[in-house]
Amino acid sequence: MSETGALPLEATLAAPEAEPRRRHPAWATLRRLFRHRLFVTGLVLFGIIAFMAAAAPWITDANPNRLSMRNKFQPPGGDWVFGTDNFGRSLWSRVVWGAQLSVMIGLSVVALNAVFGTLIGALAGYFRRLDNILMRVNDALMAFPAILLAIGVTAMLGPSTFNVILALGIVYIPRTARIVRASVIVLREMEYVQAAVAAGAGHWRILRHHILPNAMAPMIVQLSFLFAYAVLSEATLSFLGLGAVPPTPTWGNIMAEGRDFMRDAPWIIAIPGVTLMITVLGLNMLGDGLRDVLDPRLRIQQ
Amino acid sequence: MSLLDIRGLTTAFQTERGEITAVEDISFSLEEGEILGIVGESGSGKSVTALTVMGLLPRPPARIVSGSVRFAGQELTGLSERQMQKVRGPGIAMIFQEPMTSLNPVFRIGEQIMETIRAHERLSTRALRDRAVQMLEKVGIPSPARRLDDYPHQLSGGQRQRVMIAMALACNPRLLIADEPTTALDVTIQAQILDLLMDLRDEFGMAIMIITHNMGVVAETADRVMVMYAGRVVEEAPVGTVFDAPLHPYTRGLLDCVPSLSAAKPRLVAIPGNLPEPARRPSGCRFRPRCGLAVPACAAAIPPLDPHGPGHRVACIRATAEVAA
Repeated sequence: MSETGALPLEATLAAPEAEPRRRHPAWATLRRLFRHRLFVTGLVLFGIIAFMAAAAPWITDANPNRLSMRNKFQPPGGDWVFGTDNFGRSLWSRVVWGAQLSVMIGLSVVALNAVFGTLIGALAGYFRRLDNILMRVNDALMAFPAILLAIGVTAMLGPSTFNVILALGIVYIPRTARIVRASVIVLREMEYVQAAVAAGAGHWRILRHHILPNAMAPMIVQLSFLFAYAVLSEATLSFLGLGAVPPTPTWGNIMAEGRDFMRDAPWIIAIPGVTLMITVLGLNMLGDGLRDVLDPRLRIQQ
Repeated sequence: MSLLDIRGLTTAFQTERGEITAVEDISFSLEEGEILGIVGESGSGKSVTALTVMGLLPRPPARIVSGSVRFAGQELTGLSERQMQKVRGPGIAMIFQEPMTSLNPVFRIGEQIMETIRAHERLSTRALRDRAVQMLEKVGIPSPARRLDDYPHQLSGGQRQRVMIAMALACNPRLLIADEPTTALDVTIQAQILDLLMDLRDEFGMAIMIITHNMGVVAETADRVMVMYAGRVVEEAPVGTVFDAPLHPYTRGLLDCVPSLSAAKPRLVAIPGNLPEPARRPSGCRFRPRCGLAVPACAAAIPPLDPHGPGHRVACIRATAEVAA
């Protein structure tokens, strides 16, 4: 080994980096996201639904439950954008308000998962002693098919919007927890975590600063898919009469009512069906795009 | 009193095939400001020794079977995790082999250094930042105030190892454990990092324990060398003695493996065989099956670490015989 001077600088790094401001790396990620065609298409599709949900009071003129027996079974077009149902209620109104409820329930389930799924997953992944207990409970819950468990829980608690959120939370939190746990187990063994322990950092500090921020990417992807599942499951539950009580306009309720008139007035069941499809499709494309951009393994291949 | 004093330390791991002893009956001490090199092949127990001192081995499966680790007069073996956290950082700090993965990719390096200090001291953000700049300057990072806002991927391997050292030194440790600090680096950068470590030792007066399998690193930096084989210390001596008059056949074998530019050694001599698996260690001296000087008496008992001159200890019953011959 030869003599070296007093800490010579590494020339490669000293010279060419004179650019004025360094941007947060989130910028680069965002730029790549908006170049991703699938993501943008998904964003537009879901954006339409989200806009409908947010602007419901302003873009619908009528109370979604206002009856008008004179105008029942009006086909789409003309005075009624989406037509009317068997009580002469504006389908446009009902579908838009249904969108609001769907998005609200979807967001609530995602929020529940983000908090409790992360908590359970992080505890199970980080503290080996808790792993077995938490994950066996998780496995027990995951052994039930998702929709069956949701039906079971709502049947037990009674049909209401709040109970639907609760049921879907119980169904999906174990799935989220499992994904978080998997990333935490990998991250726990990273050298920078070891280095943090060696520098005297406590468990809480390590979880908060070193593990969770690095586990965010798969979480975000999972949550975008979860949003789609939650909306779909909510529609299923209310279609089966286990969701929000009629006449609350949910897509599932509208479709359940429209089922009886499918032959004469197919638009009643078709329009909320298509809206639901657009929502789920949009969210899935969004999730696919996020996964392509955020997944570190795919990034290496690029 | 020594800064670090280890007596009869034995660490074992619980495995499916029973308990395996990774480190057995190790004793050594380290003075304030001293650099000790621990040398040995992979699996000889160097890293386990370091991790035991740091209390970083997961328990279970690891278990300290016996022995004591005293740091600055305080016994470390019985400490709770919480008490140990107070020792790590301001007492003993550690740098790792892989500078590429030893930094958290999602945080700026400044934040990471500040975070390390924040774990032990209550300081304002401004003071933390100043200290971080100061540390980066100390480890020779150019324009440290600007570098503070870099992410790890913007730095080279050597730069990252410097940042790692800055983080380790941020709390002013009295002992720095460097586990293969230069193995993953280019040769030119290796020399820089080793120089940096020695400069920092001179400046802060901390003791350094360098773990390596590279004899060159030891020759360059260490004051004293400890050679480990299959979980035991086989030779310990001041650095000059190890290179000029090694007594243990294993140490001599290690030195024969080092390529030399002078034409004295025509061929590199490899030590025949492999490190024995912990579960299948031979009776008596563990180096016996690979040793050219082995005699039947070597199988009888594990040779004790006997003194052979000033600061020189060797665990070989053939050491003196051979030298006399």
